[in-house]
Amino acid sequence: MSFFSYAWDWVTTSANWQGSDSIPQQIIAHLGYTVLPLLIAALIGIPLGVAIGHTGRGAVLVVNLANAWRAIPTLGLLILLAVYLGFSILTWLIPLVVLAIPPIIINAYEGVAGVDPDVKDAAKGMGMTPWQQVTRVELPIALPLLLVGLRTATIFVVATATIAAYIGLGGLGRFIIDGLASNDYGPVAGGALLVVLLAVLVLALFAVLNRLVVPVGLRKQAELGRTE
Amino acid sequence: MIWSWIPQNWSLIWQLTWENAKLGVLSALYGLIISLPLGIIAARWRWFYPPTLAVVNVVYAVPSLALWIALIPAFGLTDTTVIIGLTAFSLCVILPNVVEGLRAVPAPVRQAATAMGYGATRRLVMVELPLAAPVIIGGLRVGVVASISLASLGQLIGVSSLGYLFIDGLQRSFPTEIYVGLVCVIVLAVICDLLLVGVRRVLTPWQPRRQVALAQWPGLQRVALRRGAA
Amino acid sequence: MRTRTATGGIAAIAAITLAAVAACSSSASSSSSSSASASASSSNPLSSGGSSTSVVVGSANFPENELLATVYAQALQAKGVKVSTKLNIGAREVYYPQVEKGTISIIPEYNGTLLTVEVDKTSTAKTTAEVDAALAAKLPSTLQVLNSAPAQDSDSITVTQATANKYHLKSIADLKPYAANMALGAPPEFKTRSDGIAGLKATYGLTFKSFVPLDESGPLTLAALQSGKVQAADVFTTTPQIVTDKLVSLADPKFNFAAQNVIPLVYKPAMNATIINTLNAVDAKLTTEALLQMDNAVITEHASYSTVAAGFLQAEGLS
Repeated sequence: MSFFSYAWDWVTTSANWQGSDSIPQQIIAHLGYTVLPLLIAALIGIPLGVAIGHTGRGAVLVVNLANAWRAIPTLGLLILLAVYLGFSILTWLIPLVVLAIPPIIINAYEGVAGVDPDVKDAAKGMGMTPWQQVTRVELPIALPLLLVGLRTATIFVVATATIAAYIGLGGLGRFIIDGLASNDYGPVAGGALLVVLLAVLVLALFAVLNRLVVPVGLRKQAELGRTE
Repeated sequence: MIWSWIPQNWSLIWQLTWENAKLGVLSALYGLIISLPLGIIAARWRWFYPPTLAVVNVVYAVPSLALWIALIPAFGLTDTTVIIGLTAFSLCVILPNVVEGLRAVPAPVRQAATAMGYGATRRLVMVELPLAAPVIIGGLRVGVVASISLASLGQLIGVSSLGYLFIDGLQRSFPTEIYVGLVCVIVLAVICDLLLVGVRRVLTPWQPRRQVALAQWPGLQRVALRRGAA
Repeated sequence: MRTRTATGGIAAIAAITLAAVAACSSSASSSSSSSASASASSSNPLSSGGSSTSVVVGSANFPENELLATVYAQALQAKGVKVSTKLNIGAREVYYPQVEKGTISIIPEYNGTLLTVEVDKTSTAKTTAEVDAALAAKLPSTLQVLNSAPAQDSDSITVTQATANKYHLKSIADLKPYAANMALGAPPEFKTRSDGIAGLKATYGLTFKSFVPLDESGPLTLAALQSGKVQAADVFTTTPQIVTDKLVSLADPKFNFAAQNVIPLVYKPAMNATIINTLNAVDAKLTTEALLQMDNAVITEHASYSTVAAGFLQAEGLS
């Protein structure tokens, strides 16, 4: 039997949709573990990234972060906090926020710093205050890259929330970890499939967001060749 | 923090680090080996790239654990499963960089090479790839660092790696072990990163050192160019 | 010319990389899944006796089992047997098939749960002697168990001192009126094991309010018990925190959990007289007290598995 047949059999078993650990509940839990850290990370990362991009100060920090953030092992960070904090909301919130911030800052910085200097000069020349320059000129132009950063962060958090089941959390990872422990490949495959579907959904969501929010001219520029 | 634990368990630490390094580095290298031909094709024949990029975006979004699980029926709970999964991930990071790097070679340079009598292949190998090297190596750096870090997750499916230190550390409530694991993964990743920076310097001796730090990220490269650093 | 140097550089680096990849790939495929000790090899069914046969000692994914595996491995090495270890594999459901096939030669097991989970789900054997006999009779042909040790590490339904006082709990049967309001925490496989949720219901008529999957009697389980996330939990009886945290392990008068002596589960074709005698000698000296002490050293004092194992073997004259 293949991965898909195991996964399909398990997902289409109605018993798995009822009860206290059902598929819908774990999906909702997983979404909760994803959305909250993302919001916090965006609230911290976007202003910081924009500020560094606009003023140019602290760019060194961003460059080093760009190389370093992927080196942090997510499982290790989650376990470290679990050992120190036990069962608390901070145990999963802190690592997920910490891991979501770098791609947001890096892409916010890139987006704002990459704005054509002539355009920035024109804005200054028109008498705009720095705040106006940022909000009316730089941010709109940086929007495509900002969305890419948010998308990368979301995908990263979805993946890490899956692993967080190992330290006792719910979510779709629960099916995977429990299945691995009982050597029952059904929930393992089913949980994995659901996670993949969720990730694809995130991609689709951001594609729609891109369509809605970003002006056409800027969209073309951003479409070429960015996964990160 | 029990410092004495480290020398006592040195052989275990070393062995896990070595296994983790193999998993991460091999995956990134395989990713590079696959990305280069694919990227060259995509840079040359424009219609090939958008569908390829779409596939790459989807594979990139798949969490590594889920990808490994999908591979288990075929490859078992083995190193091979982990390496294939991480190769796919590295591919997603390196391929766009290969394409962008090759496309960023200025048309006048290509024309000059042709004018000097270089055929397409020779031009590719002697002009375009060396010029694209910083960007490609930039992608490879991300691939290696991410693969090394992700390889530690392999322990969740029983594949030996530095993740063992996290799991055993959790079971015994033993922070020392966890810190050692964290440090080993990060140091390993940083060493590989620096090695690749060295490789880039060897391969592109004409690049002045300072601005290259910004230039190997496609987005930051545009920034660097605009600031007149190219 | 600069270009020639760069091309030469590229060629040199490419050559070195390819050589490294070739070297790494061949060693990656040959040494996948073996750790600290000597050469990796799975047992060859055709290999006959002699004390230099290679064996693979495996362990489940919790510290005590890893400790026992280390004890067995070191004892065998002291007698000249070539040993490689594959530790932290997973729960029984994961490693049992591997021992059946011979990928693992030896694994420390617990006779009661081995019997009811893998060998004979309907078995009613409860005491050490009954369980050992049932195992000897019912194990598949490739498998064998050696002598069981006096040491026992059983599952137990455990509560905090406060809970025990509040409901006057002494045995699992006392939980009946209160279970419907309690959350039970245990390793994930407890949900489907025959002596798990189903066993508690059949033996004692217990239905808990909810089941929370945790870990193998590790920090997650203990923290959940202490914090009140679960009111009762499956805590293994040699867990040091039972003593340090003053937890109460409820008695099991109806034997839902059978005797659970430590016993080596082995792949028969890989065995010879030296290996069998060595392991039996180790088991003869392994008492519950000794096991509890070693667990304490490893879990609470964070001593390393190899040091503690070596200490035990030396003290008992087995190394």
